[in-house]
Amino acid sequence: MSTNHSFYGYRRENGRVGVRNYVAILPVDDISNAACESVAANIQGTLALPHAYGRLQFGEDLELHFRTMIGTGSNPNVAACVVIGIEPAWTQKIVDGIAATGKPVVGFSIEQHGDIETVAAASRTAKDFVHLTSGQQREECDIADLWIAAKCGESDTTTGLASCPAVGNMYDKWIPQGIYGCFGETTEITGAEHICASRAATPEVGAKFMRTWQAYQDDVVEAFKTSDLSDSQPTKGNIAGGLTTIEEKALGNLEKIGKEVSYIDVLEPAEAPAKGPGLYFMDTSSAAAECNTIQAAAGYVVHCFPTGQGNIIGNPIMPVIKITGNPRTVRTMSEHIDVDVSGVVRREMTIPEAGDALMDMIVQTANGRLTAAEALGHKEFVMTKLYRSA
Amino acid sequence: MSIPQLLVHDKKDNVGVVVVEGIESGAELLCVVTENNSDFKLTAEQDVPIGHKIALTDLAEGDTAIKYGTDIGRIVAAIRKGEHVHTHNLKTKRW
Repeated sequence: MSTNHSFYGYRRENGRVGVRNYVAILPVDDISNAACESVAANIQGTLALPHAYGRLQFGEDLELHFRTMIGTGSNPNVAACVVIGIEPAWTQKIVDGIAATGKPVVGFSIEQHGDIETVAAASRTAKDFVHLTSGQQREECDIADLWIAAKCGESDTTTGLASCPAVGNMYDKWIPQGIYGCFGETTEITGAEHICASRAATPEVGAKFMRTWQAYQDDVVEAFKTSDLSDSQPTKGNIAGGLTTIEEKALGNLEKIGKEVSYIDVLEPAEAPAKGPGLYFMDTSSAAAECNTIQAAAGYVVHCFPTGQGNIIGNPIMPVIKITGNPRTVRTMSEHIDVDVSGVVRREMTIPEAGDALMDMIVQTANGRLTAAEALGHKEFVMTKLYRSA
Repeated sequence: MSIPQLLVHDKKDNVGVVVVEGIESGAELLCVVTENNSDFKLTAEQDVPIGHKIALTDLAEGDTAIKYGTDIGRIVAAIRKGEHVHTHNLKTKRW
């Protein structure tokens, strides 16, 4: 079942394929959240994406903010987008960035209009967009049209035994068929960085990974280091699940990239891959919401999320598929789990069978099946911030 | 094959992972090395929760714990074969 998969998706103006069909109401900045949420309350079938930032950022941090905003609106799971910001210039910059995809997008700014007038005007546009997009039909698409990201969370020792190898097996089977893949978690590769570097497609890409990894060690870890990074690497949940050190956690994490594929480039946070189909490393936080948000902003439309102890993360625009190999988590948190691979630790299921089960769930999800996180309403949307605002 | 109680990634490893709930001191464990499907028996010398590690051999302070065939940290207190390996006796070499 690992070959010749197709799925039903929404083909966009720029040729990319989405697996959801959202009308997004996107705030440029924190103070425009209220207007966006009012529009989403007025018009059914729209989705507000409130977040905490967008004011007085500068330099590289501001560039990341724009990349995340434009990338989110540009994601193929978004059919059309309303952008609302406090002032017109940054609002228009984001509108122009999203408009490059060819999808419908209109911006509104609040200064000199106020919330009420802005919400009224934006609601009319949002309603037009709902009528324009809600009748769109899915069409059959090749599996190669899928961009599938991965990140693990609340990992434990079963993650490295079962759920991460299942994701790796999926990449080993589908990357050669032309999908785009993405893994990241720069800090969490620590202890396995030499192995990760060796999995790059070329020595140059491996060196680029090591520069990215080393920069985080030098600029952040060395500047603020505490023992076990204050129970953040590994986390309290990781430790409860039996993981003891960052090295052990990293080796399990890296099982997500399989045995055979190599990654072809190293991306900045939220940077869209530009070297064609293949696996990419992205410089991300290991915090689930931050990582998933910038993977979605890079254009990924489905997410595979192995968990051990039961991370419950979702994303507003990208379905997040949960996979676990921990039989206790299957028992205690079944409502959060889409793919149960606990048979692997009982030796009742092989890794290739676990990979096939995940691939089947990816196709179902791409066809429209809601994930556990979607059904439970998880919409975590969190900016990555590089440094304090001005 | 019967359901194993302990899995070992690599034949070079000196720790293994408990994969069932309720392992108590004195339990005889069926251990499987996932790399080559070989198996062996080991007696748990302490109660060890699911997901936690057990030493496959006696380990001295200063030794290196090996899992996935790779260094996962420094032993900071002596551990006897069959005992629980975790934050009380194993520490990262990184931070």
